[in-house]
Amino acid sequence: MEKRVTFRGWWLPLLLIAPQVLISAVFFFYPAGQAIYQSLFIPDPFGLSSRFVGLGNFEFLFGDKFYRAAFGTTALFSILVTLCSMIPALFLAVIADRLIKGSGVYRTMLIWPYAVAPAVAGVLWLFMFNTRVGVVSWYLGNFGYDWNHVLNGGEAMGIVVVASAWGRISYNFLFFFAALQAVPRSVIEAAAIDGARFWRRFWTIVLPLLSPTTFFLLVVNIVYSFFETFGVIHTITAGGPQQSTTILVYKVFADGFVGQDLGSSSAQSVVLLVVVGLLTIIQFKFVEKRVHY
Amino acid sequence: MKKSLIGALAVSTMLTPVAAMAETEVQFWHAFTGRLGELVKAQVADFNASQSDYTVVESHKGNYSETLNAGIAAFRAGEQPQILMVFEVGTATMMAASGAVRPMHEVMAQSGATFEPDSYIGAVKGYYTTTDGDMLSLPFNASTPVLWVNRDAMTAAGVDPDTDLSTWQNVGATLDALKAGGEECPLVTAWQSWIHLENLSAYHDVPFASQDNGFAGLDTELMLNGEAQVAHLTAMGQWAQDGKFIYTGRRNEGGANFRAGECALFTESSAGYAGISSEAEFEFDVRPLPYWEGVGNAPQNTIIGGASLWVMEGHDDAEYKGAGEFLSYLSSSDVQAAWHQNTGYLPITIEAGDATRAAGFYDENPGTDIAVIQMTAKQPTANSKGLRLGSFDQIRGIIDEELEGIWSGDKTAQEAMDSAKERGDALLRRFEAANR
Repeated sequence: MEKRVTFRGWWLPLLLIAPQVLISAVFFFYPAGQAIYQSLFIPDPFGLSSRFVGLGNFEFLFGDKFYRAAFGTTALFSILVTLCSMIPALFLAVIADRLIKGSGVYRTMLIWPYAVAPAVAGVLWLFMFNTRVGVVSWYLGNFGYDWNHVLNGGEAMGIVVVASAWGRISYNFLFFFAALQAVPRSVIEAAAIDGARFWRRFWTIVLPLLSPTTFFLLVVNIVYSFFETFGVIHTITAGGPQQSTTILVYKVFADGFVGQDLGSSSAQSVVLLVVVGLLTIIQFKFVEKRVHY
Repeated sequence: MKKSLIGALAVSTMLTPVAAMAETEVQFWHAFTGRLGELVKAQVADFNASQSDYTVVESHKGNYSETLNAGIAAFRAGEQPQILMVFEVGTATMMAASGAVRPMHEVMAQSGATFEPDSYIGAVKGYYTTTDGDMLSLPFNASTPVLWVNRDAMTAAGVDPDTDLSTWQNVGATLDALKAGGEECPLVTAWQSWIHLENLSAYHDVPFASQDNGFAGLDTELMLNGEAQVAHLTAMGQWAQDGKFIYTGRRNEGGANFRAGECALFTESSAGYAGISSEAEFEFDVRPLPYWEGVGNAPQNTIIGGASLWVMEGHDDAEYKGAGEFLSYLSSSDVQAAWHQNTGYLPITIEAGDATRAAGFYDENPGTDIAVIQMTAKQPTANSKGLRLGSFDQIRGIIDEELEGIWSGDKTAQEAMDSAKERGDALLRRFEAANR
């Protein structure tokens, strides 16, 4: 039988959750409501007039094959960013966990990149991969590989994924490292005595015990790649070449702030809201079942 | 101690309203940094020193897009400046917002400041003028594309640096010779849509869009998939495939390559002068933008790029008077001549151009007058007055995407431009719906 603490009246519990409800209402529900409302209109940029179009903005969006293609681009981008930021982070955390000397320095160094803003990270990576003066493209050139992300869509995707994932490795590292420290030594030692080698211990004991952290990071990283990466894309490729790096959130930004098309931009925000909501539900329904707390 | 503090406060409160009453403040939001930002600051300081009725306060609001966004957001919040700098592609957006902007000719008439519409260069003011001839905004910084030549690179590849490059036919032959002579970057460009589509159309006197390039109405459609445009892009696409035209990006990334001496030919704005003349460690030339011999009425005139100053609604009469005086000061011959000579931007008045010539500037800096001649040689036609298309910043983005399809060999020029037309027209219809 689960133990439950219950309040006797209504006043105290309501008072206690009020700040959270208030913050959610002001900063989440109100803007989201505004976006839904705006998505039904085609306004002029200055807010002088507004024409009700019902679901016209959505019809316009889904009639556009480039918008539909942006879903595929976003899926590919999110999967790559999530993998590229989680796998190296786990690897680094496992190594740091085994360090005895100097782990403090090592940890600090690994956390640093997280302090770099996405747009700045974008500029740094762009500079390294610059087709003319970039260090990386120069070395690739020496190996006979002609790096040109301004015309090659695959390469452009590669560079925005790396630039987006780079800073996140630090964040993920922190969580993995903390989780690794919490894995009971006795279990690992018992396995070691039974003759299990490092990798076997890792796959059969450590990884399953890390699953709550991994699941949390999976959700957080997917949301990150959906929403917070447009600074990187804006500075590196601006969605190009052609449309190979135009993800949904970048299109929201470009249509709203470059094109001044607030109706379409709002409709896209609503679509994005629904997509992320669905993704989170799916993750909690299906992935979480395999998580052991 | 306490008394003297109160005394100081009393004096300061007494003085402040007096100063505020004497000088009406005029806010001026612009997009310039670096050298251009300093020149704007100097213009504003000169104006403020020249009279005591108005104080112009300049503030930098980010790049062109950001400045426009700042102006729009401020208008929605009721905090708009009197004068806002808007780049040329935002012209249709501003024009359509009749409740948000006050046309320049009205501001000038109300303020009583000196204003002679005929003194402005036709091809420059045309971009910002209605079909009835009323000026809507003041052209501030205007430039037009020209061809920059690295003479040393030509010589190194065994090509005569004085070769005639006035037509694309000649340029094509020169690119062959440069490539054969070992040049790795024969041609590079900046602002591909502006130069190789918008200006190409005007220069050959063929339409870029229906309804006089959008001047005659919002029900305009793109016509950039016409014969002349497709033929040019087909040639450029072939040059890209052959490694004779090197694509470096959507903006002016190619400028870095050219200024470093890595490329032989460079199509770029005449305002590239400041950067090229200070950085290039090689002999360079300015030539008129090439045209296709026998296509359309080439050479007609090229069109401008840059920004103009818009006066916004919602202020009182004294502030409009101040704004009018400031715009009048900016149009004066001395200010314009200095701006033209310092920046490489076009002079906006005929007088300023003449003053610059009389001062011997063009003789000392050969080639700096080519842009002026190219713009003013012929009376602009309906096809070469400029472009006035809604959502044009975004349409340029679409054009950039489609051009990248040509340069990479994924699409033919016809396919790419047909697609650009279809996608651009959809945005034009939305703009029409939003501004009906």
